[in-house]
Amino acid sequence: MNNKEQTKFIHALHIREDLCIGCSHCMNVCPTEAIRVKNGKSVLYDDRCVDCGECFRVCPVNAIIINHDDFSRIYDYTQRIALLPAVFTGQFPEELERRMIYSALLELGFTHVYEVEKSTDLLKHSIEAELNKNTITRPLISSFCPAIIRLIQVKFPALVDNIIRLKPPLDISAHYVRNQLIKRGTPAEEIGIFYVTPCAAKIAAIKDPVGETGSPIAGVINMDFLYNKVFRLVKQNNFVSCALPVPEEMSQMQTCWSLTGGESQHLPGRCLAIDEIHNVIEILEKIENDEISELDYLELRACDESCAGGVLTTANRFLTAEKLRNHTSKTGETSSKAHPESIGNAMNADGFESIALALDAIGPRSIIKLDENMGEAMKKMEKVNRIMQLLPMVDCGICGAPSCQALARDIVQSDATIKQCIFIQKILEQRGELSLEEGVEIMQKVWGYGKTNKYRDIKGY
Amino acid sequence: MHLQYQVEGGNFTKAGLASSDLKRVLKLLNVDPKIIKRIVVALYEAEVNIVAHAWKGAIYIEIETEKINVLLVDEGPGIPDIEMAMQQGFSTASAVVREMGFGAGMGLPNIKNNSDELKIHSEVGVGTIVEFTINLNNEQ
Repeated sequence: MNNKEQTKFIHALHIREDLCIGCSHCMNVCPTEAIRVKNGKSVLYDDRCVDCGECFRVCPVNAIIINHDDFSRIYDYTQRIALLPAVFTGQFPEELERRMIYSALLELGFTHVYEVEKSTDLLKHSIEAELNKNTITRPLISSFCPAIIRLIQVKFPALVDNIIRLKPPLDISAHYVRNQLIKRGTPAEEIGIFYVTPCAAKIAAIKDPVGETGSPIAGVINMDFLYNKVFRLVKQNNFVSCALPVPEEMSQMQTCWSLTGGESQHLPGRCLAIDEIHNVIEILEKIENDEISELDYLELRACDESCAGGVLTTANRFLTAEKLRNHTSKTGETSSKAHPESIGNAMNADGFESIALALDAIGPRSIIKLDENMGEAMKKMEKVNRIMQLLPMVDCGICGAPSCQALARDIVQSDATIKQCIFIQKILEQRGELSLEEGVEIMQKVWGYGKTNKYRDIKGY
Repeated sequence: MHLQYQVEGGNFTKAGLASSDLKRVLKLLNVDPKIIKRIVVALYEAEVNIVAHAWKGAIYIEIETEKINVLLVDEGPGIPDIEMAMQQGFSTASAVVREMGFGAGMGLPNIKNNSDELKIHSEVGVGTIVEFTINLNNEQ
């Protein structure tokens, strides 16, 4: 079952056709070449997308959306838990106290707040134990960032076994919260855990888990959405007292776990921390070639500055990272005690034995192969090579594909025609093998009617 | 299917280009990732050998559905004692090469471990021919 490659994928990223202007910005930044322009709109190829969110960042008209759950859904439950990553508090100005933020969350309808990274002490010990095992698979790769797990599945299938078989902090904490509340007598169906996400990849990971059968998380709220709600409430009211059971303050390690170096600096052996998806691809190429030896652990994050740079964050990523690092170094030992009714600190609690930390094997789902059958793949490859010799190799994107290489592959997979190449079109027109009208029609099939008609309809400039 | 690469002796900045390109091709051909890894590791070692020891060389690769055959021909000092060179940890690499992280004496044994067939022919003062074959269907 694990080795079977999936065919259907649930993505958090969607392109709104009504808003998309087909500008191809997203197509040009996609690290897995998962986007094409057709009929004047961007089209997302489901099997290639890893939910990294690079397209979301560059869209000039906000046509790329990240679907989250309707906020009112929290009222489907009597126990409404906001599962917060540390970067959420990092979004707000320094003068805004943690208790003010939590009071606003209470006002908004949550009954409990729990921080995702409270499970990192337990996780750290488990990673250490894995690293101390004398297995030949090295380096082990962190399971923290779901975009990276998907990237490895589609682009580096040889490395899926290097992914550490431990759940990420988000899943461990969600299971813990659930167990704690059940222990206190709350019926399971009344527990609604809502994760406040800094990125699209985490949503996809919850809705379509890899290496797990289901998620204890009831819903996902986008961080930018909740940030606005909380900030507005804090601005309107001046909270002095906090009725919300405030959990114990987090340690330095917990607060900074989701930042770059957050894992690697606490682990034994030779560890490397790398952020930003192109940097990650560069290092994975080397790992795949066995060019780097004696490396024990790789902390890989898809976003620059890790979760502080998540696509749904509002504050500047460098300032968020600085704030989280400074905040904890300032408070240090004087951390506030947990309210007796709060869910408590994971490390001291006994609720963890019942949580299975292990992740199932993660299967590959290569997008690179030209055909399942190698003989067929070889024929297609020779065809790709022949087409490549005809293409101009300027990667202009006018054909609606991100590169000449991508167009050549699309042609071989019967997903495009060579006439979409503007250079080839011109020559065909010159030879009289393609009429001007046909050429314009081909352009319009890629870019829609609006763009080509602009010049025709407006007289002079 | 045939692939061909030129290798420049002493240019470590370009060592590994052939193995990276071959990896890209094998992924496109849907070769088992574990077998790709063995091929890439073997070719990388052989490629670095040319860069580290020879003046120049060429790589000829023939891919069939059942197997891949890699032939590396270099013009260089040759290997005086092939048996000794096959031993783990034996290296004639200069100090400069070792400082760059190459020349740990793993080259030839590593190629042997990762291939199904290995032939080495060398003439001192003329050059070396390394040829290895890796089966693509059955996992070793």
